[in-house]
Amino acid sequence: MAEYPGKYTDWQAWLADKLFMGLPFGQYVRGLITPFNFIALIIVCVGVALAWIRFTQGLAATTNLTNDYPWGLWIGFDVLCGVALAAGGFVLASTVHLFGLRDYYPLVRPAILTGFLGYFFVVVGLCFDLGRPWRLPYPMAVSFGVTSVMFLVGWHVALYLTVQFLEFCPAIFEWLNTKKLRKWVGYLTIGATVFGVILSTLHQSALGALFLLAPGKVHPLWYTPWIPVFFFISAIIAGLSMVIFESMLSHRVFHSQVKDHDPAHVERLVIGLGKAASVVLFTYFCLKWLGVAHGQHWDLLFTPYGYWFLLEVFGFVLLPCFLYAHAVRKRSARLVQFTSVLTVLGIVLNRLNVSIITFQWNLDERYFPRWSEFAVTIFIVTVGLLTFRWIVNRMPVLRDDPRYPAAH
Amino acid sequence: MSTSRRDFLNLAAAVGVVGVTGTRRAHAEPVRRVSEDWMGMLTDLTLCVGCRKCEWACKDANELPNKGLLEDYEDTSVFERKRRMDAENFTVVNRYPPVEPGGNPVDVKKQCMHCFEPACASACLVAAFRKTPEGPVLYNENVCIGCRYCMIACPFHVPAYTYDDPYTPKVMKCTMCFERIMQEGGVPACAKICPEEAITFAKRSDLITLAREKITHNPGKYVEHIYGEYEAGGTCWLYISPKPFEELGFRADVSATPYPELTKGFLSSVPLVLTIWPALLMGAYAFTKRREELAKSVEAKQPPTRSEEG
Repeated sequence: MAEYPGKYTDWQAWLADKLFMGLPFGQYVRGLITPFNFIALIIVCVGVALAWIRFTQGLAATTNLTNDYPWGLWIGFDVLCGVALAAGGFVLASTVHLFGLRDYYPLVRPAILTGFLGYFFVVVGLCFDLGRPWRLPYPMAVSFGVTSVMFLVGWHVALYLTVQFLEFCPAIFEWLNTKKLRKWVGYLTIGATVFGVILSTLHQSALGALFLLAPGKVHPLWYTPWIPVFFFISAIIAGLSMVIFESMLSHRVFHSQVKDHDPAHVERLVIGLGKAASVVLFTYFCLKWLGVAHGQHWDLLFTPYGYWFLLEVFGFVLLPCFLYAHAVRKRSARLVQFTSVLTVLGIVLNRLNVSIITFQWNLDERYFPRWSEFAVTIFIVTVGLLTFRWIVNRMPVLRDDPRYPAAH
Repeated sequence: MSTSRRDFLNLAAAVGVVGVTGTRRAHAEPVRRVSEDWMGMLTDLTLCVGCRKCEWACKDANELPNKGLLEDYEDTSVFERKRRMDAENFTVVNRYPPVEPGGNPVDVKKQCMHCFEPACASACLVAAFRKTPEGPVLYNENVCIGCRYCMIACPFHVPAYTYDDPYTPKVMKCTMCFERIMQEGGVPACAKICPEEAITFAKRSDLITLAREKITHNPGKYVEHIYGEYEAGGTCWLYISPKPFEELGFRADVSATPYPELTKGFLSSVPLVLTIWPALLMGAYAFTKRREELAKSVEAKQPPTRSEEG
């Protein structure tokens, strides 16, 4: 840590350089006045106001949750989808560091950052939903419900958040230019990656296993003893698709950060990821049918919930599987990117189907989120995006730091 | 709370640090599913007249809000819709059509079933629920973080939540009047007030015998099913009924599998993943490294031709 004071005669200049991206303060602030930021500001203001209401007046004042629908949008989307869509971190880290597909290195850091922020904001969303969020550490320190799948989820998300932070540390230390620490965290890469894959395998599937305790509540077409496996496999799909989707966004949003990228190389990577996603989607498609066969629920396919199931399985699993395969054959990165959006929507649909849409399918009462639940979810996603942008604009995430030539 | 060595092993196994130790312990001490000492309740639905006095007595005993006067409970308009237990009602009575047209309606009192192996307890990540040696399943508000997974898990739609409480929200459910029954001669408030003696409080094993006798000695009066004998692995609260239970708002799809069994397979795979994954992944890493080293040594031996080809 003792390196930078010598280089920066004025610590204020150093700070300004880190915070304002080397721009004079006035110019930096003027640069912030954009339509996107204006909308984001409104969302954040509404979100803060709703947070105030949530934490001073309770869940009843902000949600439509009932005794039969104890989990709503904040769990169904913020937590279940959040964790699945943040799976890119472990997928890409293992691809590059363990399986040796080094070409994909440029995608690892953005994937890990998305993963870390994804999990971080999952916990933020969870805090909105928990009755007493200040007791979040209780399962770690006060009272241990070791028979609970939720206990495993809690521990693993906490551990994985730590692991992902360690995995992202190289970018932070390169940004701060602290060579010793950078070198030190470099040694952790393989260990952290292995541990990250283990934790991800377990908690991605554990999120599905939570619903094993709800037979008769989750619709039989979605309830299967293999739901943990389904959640894990579909998380890999979600992770791959999110990395593809991000590569498209980064290209459009962060021009200056990706200017050194060779577009042909990026396209090759995107197509490679599309190929992988296609294969995993096909596996997942087969598994879904094994689930139906195992439960012998063929008759249920010809009910309204059955049509809904068929829509999910054909429209959001098999169709993207074929589209990815077609795009790979045609070597069309654009089609791969389009398909990634469809695939991500499909995973979101699946998580919502399990946790909300088909949940309590034999009751007359239905749950639909209140506007404030949507607003808080949008607020959390927006703050996540703003944080992502803040970091990407400063730290070597999409670009390499010239002082640290790719040590990979 | 004191953490004994066994607690630590449990914890470690669950987090997956010493999975093997934890599994071995589980085999050495099989769970005792049924205790002769468990108390229970038997509700005879042929006797219930729907006076709802039990609802009042329950509110009175548990100091629940909006108790009102006992006379208020004679109002039968509440039967127009089906109610479930909520934060203000540990027990509710619903009215269903009579067995035969013109007969008396069938009234059904519902509350926590006090399972042998409660779904809520197996769901809770802070062990806020416990099965007492006396039978009642109790909830400890002091450790609850409010994740409401117990409400997702309960097959009988029992736990309710005080959603309108911002600072001390909690799960609400029947305690089988634990504190009362712990006193000599104590009886749960609902059983005590019932004018028809439709609710019997006794040892659960004796109640099964009583229920069987009632069914065999009164042919045609009851359906041949003691609800709770096997449901969800068995419950301390039992019902006998003149009508099939599924016509009375009882879930017929609750299987005899105790709920902890549903997640046991998954939880026992956790130590396996923890032991096998590192070896597999490090193996993959070793292959990768070896391949790269080989590639490097080949390059080093033939640099000119390689670079031209590349």
